Order: sequence, then C-alpha cells, then structure tokens
Amino acid sequence: MDLTYSVEHEKYREEVIDFLKGWPLSGEDARLPIEEQESLFRQHGIDAGYVYRNVPREYGGAGQAPDALKDSIVREEFFRVSAPWDLLNQGAGMLVPTLLEFGTEEQKRRFIPKALTGEERWCQGYSEPGSGSDLASLQCRALRDEEHYVLNGQKIWTSNAKQAHFMFGLFRTDPAASKHAGISYLIVDMSAEGIDVRPLREMTGGSEFNEVFFNDARVPVEFRVGAEGEGWAVSRATLIHERNLIGNPNMMRDTFEDLLDLARRTQRGGQAAIKDPYVRQRLMEIEGYVRTVETSNMLQFTATLRGEPMKAMRPMMMNKLYSTDTMQRIQRCAFDLLGGEGMLAPSPEDIVGWARNTTSTGWVEAYLFSLGPAIAGGASNIQLNIIGERGYGLPRDPRPPEKS
Amino acid sequence: MEFGLSEEQDLMQETVRQFINQECPPTRLHEIFNAGEGHDGRIWQGLADLGLCGLMLPEKFGGAELEVLDLALVCEELGYGAFPGPFMMHSLAGVAIAKAGSSSQQDLWLPQIANGAQVATLALGEGANGWECSEWSTEVRDGRLHGIKDFVSHAALADLILVGLSDGHFAVVETGAEGLSVESQDGIDRSRPISRVKFDGVRCEVLNESGACVQAIQDVGLALLAADAFGAASRLVDLAVEYTKTREQFGRKVAEFQAVKHQLARLALEVEPTRALFWYAAHALDHLPIEASRSVAMAKAHISERGIEAARAVVELHGGLGFTWECDVQLWFKRMMFDRTYLGTPEFLRERCANLGGL
Repeated sequence: MDLTYSVEHEKYREEVIDFLKGWPLSGEDARLPIEEQESLFRQHGIDAGYVYRNVPREYGGAGQAPDALKDSIVREEFFRVSAPWDLLNQGAGMLVPTLLEFGTEEQKRRFIPKALTGEERWCQGYSEPGSGSDLASLQCRALRDEEHYVLNGQKIWTSNAKQAHFMFGLFRTDPAASKHAGISYLIVDMSAEGIDVRPLREMTGGSEFNEVFFNDARVPVEFRVGAEGEGWAVSRATLIHERNLIGNPNMMRDTFEDLLDLARRTQRGGQAAIKDPYVRQRLMEIEGYVRTVETSNMLQFTATLRGEPMKAMRPMMMNKLYSTDTMQRIQRCAFDLLGGEGMLAPSPEDIVGWARNTTSTGWVEAYLFSLGPAIAGGASNIQLNIIGERGYGLPRDPRPPEKS
Repeated sequence: MEFGLSEEQDLMQETVRQFINQECPPTRLHEIFNAGEGHDGRIWQGLADLGLCGLMLPEKFGGAELEVLDLALVCEELGYGAFPGPFMMHSLAGVAIAKAGSSSQQDLWLPQIANGAQVATLALGEGANGWECSEWSTEVRDGRLHGIKDFVSHAALADLILVGLSDGHFAVVETGAEGLSVESQDGIDRSRPISRVKFDGVRCEVLNESGACVQAIQDVGLALLAADAFGAASRLVDLAVEYTKTREQFGRKVAEFQAVKHQLARLALEVEPTRALFWYAAHALDHLPIEASRSVAMAKAHISERGIEAARAVVELHGGLGFTWECDVQLWFKRMMFDRTYLGTPEFLRERCANLGGL
C-alpha cells in the first residue's frame, strides 16, 4: 500500500498540468465556436501524447507505451479542469476498442481516425422491440446476397441515430443457427438506402433515442467485424467498455460536490439546508457510498495493474450497479432539496445527459436522467443475476428450451 | 501508487484465517459464547504465538512494528471468525502506551503486552452516548483515579485497564488495585463481554509523555471496528449463500428462486466493495494525517450500517432456524451489534464527518 507516486509519475503529472495551462484556449482560438475549440485542443492533446494514449499513431491516437498509471494521471488532471479529453461516446468509447481488438487492418484505418475526432459519429444498434435484456433473441436480419448483407427489421433505443453517420450493431445472419451462433457484428452506413430513423422522446423531454427501420438496406461484407456468426463474442467485449464508461468515479465525486453546493444554497426553516441535521445525515450516508466507489476503484485499478484482476473480480462485477445506485441516491437527495422547484420541467439547455448542475431545472433533468444508465448496458436486475451467479456461484435461472 | 496488499499481508490474513478455522470453528465458538467469558486461554496463547499481540509495538519490546492497516487486516479475520477475546482492545491499549507512555512505563508494560502474558483493555465510554472525552467526568485527583466507565470489554479478565480521562489522557490501572470494582453488564456479544468499572480513588499512572491521545487511539479503534465489521458482514453473506444453496423448498434449492438470489446479490453488493473503504481509512491513519479522522469515522459508520442491515436480512434468509440460539448467524449478528455501537453509532459518526468536512 503506497499512495505516493514515483518520481517519474510525479514529473509526468507536472507535465500534464503544464500542458493544461493551454486550456481554455486564448487569443484568436478563443473566438472559435466551442466545438471547434474542443477539437483543436483535443488534437493538441493527441500530439502531446495525452489524449487517446493507447490508440496507435497510425489510427490517429497518441500511440504511447501502455502505462495505466499515466492514463489515470491524465484522466484526473484533464477532468479537474474540464479539458477536452478522449471522447466517451459510442464511437471513440465503444467502437474503437472493439475494432482495435477484432477489426481488420482496413476497418481500423477507415473508421478509427474519424471516430476519434468525432468527425464521424456513431450509434449502437443492439436493442430491438422484442429483445431488451434478452438481447440474443434479436430478430433483425442480415441475409447474404453475394458481397452484401441485406438488412430487414428494426432497432430501438438507438441513441443519437439521427446524427450518426454509422451504426455498429448485431444482426441475425443465420436464422437457422442457434440463438447466439447466428449473430454477426456489422457496421452500417446510416446514409444507405432503406434506412429510416424515427426519433423517440424521452421522459426528460429530450430526444436522444430513436427507432431505426431497415428495409432492404445493403451492407458490404467487408463491413462485418469478426467472423460471421461470432458477433455475440465481439459485442460482449463492447459491452464491457460500455459498463466501464458508466462507472466513472470522478464524475461521481463532482456530482456529489454539486449536491453539497445545492444543500448550501438551499434555504429552509431560516437556515441553509446543509445545517439541517437530517440533511447532514443523508449527505454523509451518501458520501459513504461515493467514497466506496472511489476507493474500490483504486483497489480494482491496482489489482489490474498487478495483473491480478481476478482478485478484484467481485467488486468489478459490482461496479455498474453500485455506481448507478449511488448516482441515483445523489439525485433523489437533490430532488428533495429542490422542494417546489422539483416540479419544474427541464428547459432545452438542461437536456444534456450528465453535466455539472448549477440550476434547479438542471437537477430535475439529472434526476430523471440518472435512471437511464441504470437501464442501459444491462439493467439492474440483470446485474444482480450476474453478481449472484458469477460472483457467488448461485444457481442460474432456469432456461426455457430453445426454439428451433 | 499501489492500493493493494503486500504478499506478507495476504499471507498474514491467510494464516490467521487458518488458525481460526482450526482452533475456533463455530462449534467451539458456541461453547465459548454459552460459557459467557468471551475468552479461551489456549486460543489467546495461539494468537500470541503467531506474534499478533504486539503487532504495532516497537521491536525492542517484542512487537512487530507494523502499521494500522496490518492490525486492521487481522481484525477483519477476527470479525470473519467472530473470534472471542480481548484482541482489539488489548492492541489499542498497547498502542496507547507506546504512543504516550514514559520509557519506564513502556519498559514495564509493553513486553508483557507484546507477548500476551498480560491482557490489557480500554475503558472509554461513560453512559449510553458518551464516547467523547469532553463528556467524561473521570479524572485523576492527587494521583488517584475517580470515575465510572461503561462497556469495558473483558474488564474481568484484564491485568491492565487504560482509562480515558476527561482531559484526553489515559490513566493506567492494574486490576486488583484497591477501590476498583467490576460489574458485568451482561453484554449482547458474548465474544466480547462488557462491564461497568468503578474507580473510587484507585492508584494509577497517567500516560503523559505526549499530548492528549485518547482521540487518536479512538481513531485507530474506529478503523479496527470497521475492519472487524467488514469481516463479520462478509461472513454473514457467506453464511446466507451456503445456506440457500443447500436448503430446499418446493423441490428446489431456495437460492434458485430469483427473489432470494437477488436479495443475496444485494447483500453482497452492499458489503463487498466497502473492503476498500476500511483499507483506505487504516492506511490514512499511518500516511494521510489530514484525512485520517474523517476517513475512519466514515468507514466505521458506513460499514457497520451496511453490515447490520445485511445481518438482519441474513437471519430472515435462514427462516425459523435463523431466529434460534443454535444457529451460527446469531454469533455474527451480535458481533455486528457491538461493532456498530462501540465508539459511536453511525449517526453520531456521520455528524462528526459533517463537521470535519466543513458542512
């Protein structure tokens, strides 16, 4: 146990902090639209070796030697000053690691660089109306026609499909094969003919979700990732990346600090809510959970660094559920602190998913939004099955006989 | 940057666990529990032979000069085994003498504490919620100790009692001294029986080589209680997992019912990740002084709260059997009741965290 950093890593942190003096941008650059400023700074970060550290240079990353400690130093420091860092969207956060593991050389060169910059946006085509938690029952077909697959069927809960240039998703390429074996992982050009995207509206009032309909849409065979029929295994790897995106301890700590600010600002009974004994109890109980997220993350990090991830298998399995539960505890407390303002609807500017909350309606949006991660990437009841069965050797759920 | 145990620490935990499995399995635990003394000279000697009685004491007195984390890791195992005996208070008493005793006091007591030949304990609380020295009235007048302490663990067994004074120092009393009376309080956790101890002008020595150290020793105690509670909570989860995997109803193992499986997974979820919380708190006492008091209070509050909730659910998961005296569950349930309460309930400690955090 040693929470100090080596001289090399201390020096590295200083270099990162020094680099981050360049954010926010100044001079001419500061007058660019914010998205362009972010892209510009992100590119500086790649060139300096801090952003996309582990993605090889030839695909547009920084191509640094693996060093998980440096990764975490960079993440901490970038997060501290809210500087543009690795995009954590479906493209850079999920597709890129999957392609790095399973993609062909051509796919890597074609797709990774523009996913990293965000120039090409991605959506994930997994869920279907009849296939949610039981994802492997999916029915959307991709039947082979010479050098193409022909897609027919529907995807749903597809975040950002309206803006996406490409989708990665699971399709049934062999309807005769058994449930898991007939699935392939395909990349779909969203501008192809026969694709219809219809927005859904979420309870927050936002419209991130879509339904995507395929009607004889064609996908070239070279856009398949991994072998035909092995899409399930490819997608498992992606899902792990998604769960990792959900359990970010820096985000948890920031949200908790925002909650403390809210309790300081909120007046009740002639004093700040944070002086109310009941509120203090609640806040400190929540902080117990937040500290657990933070320290358990450190424990898992060291176990991974030492090449002994199995020693931290149980807490790793618990990350997703523990984090989404903790975030929801924070949000429930915030909602109660809002009092009557908790009845206000979020305004369009509030509907941004996770963000630092400073306004009442921003908190209302966050209160609603915190349910999303609890459902996405394996709903909480599925997580409980995983913990019970794989973590503690409890009996598996009885499985109905497979339909032939 | 490493937040993990060393090989030596892993080995030490493994050794203690094996020792407890061999020397103090649940059948033996029930015997000790029923006899009510919360002690067994043979297993105490076993701990001493493993070199655990002076884990944090200087080597020159026969100690191992290890850190709070090491001691906490032993306490985790003792909690996991619901191990009876004065180990935790004994260890804390040794640390207090090492911290604040004069060299002649250290020479006199520490070798006997380190090898377990003498048993030491702590007398702190006064009344149901009096865990802070500002609320105490025990004091030394003209070299004589006056006061009443509650919930003194293993007072009847101890050779030495370290008594917390209202000025934040400790006084050391040798049992058998005139004016000392020990009255059993019939404690719920029979692995650590408690007494009310009255000091009516008892001869004593004050540890005043350093400033007031009662709070510092209590902080170490909070870390050890958090570790003990984590161990006990982990055992309760394991007991429930084992039981529901064997118990059959409706022609199936009850763990096959998803309601049961999910309840078990929730219990485990509340307990397992908090291992890191007590590690951090114990480590902070040695290396991160600014955060230490708050970290130990937070860890003890959180783990004992989650632990007692788990304990109640584990009784229910055992059905009628869980409610019986013969069932193993009650041993850990009561362990948890002690850990949750001693040195302050979660509510009390959370308020301290709020204050220390500037809320």
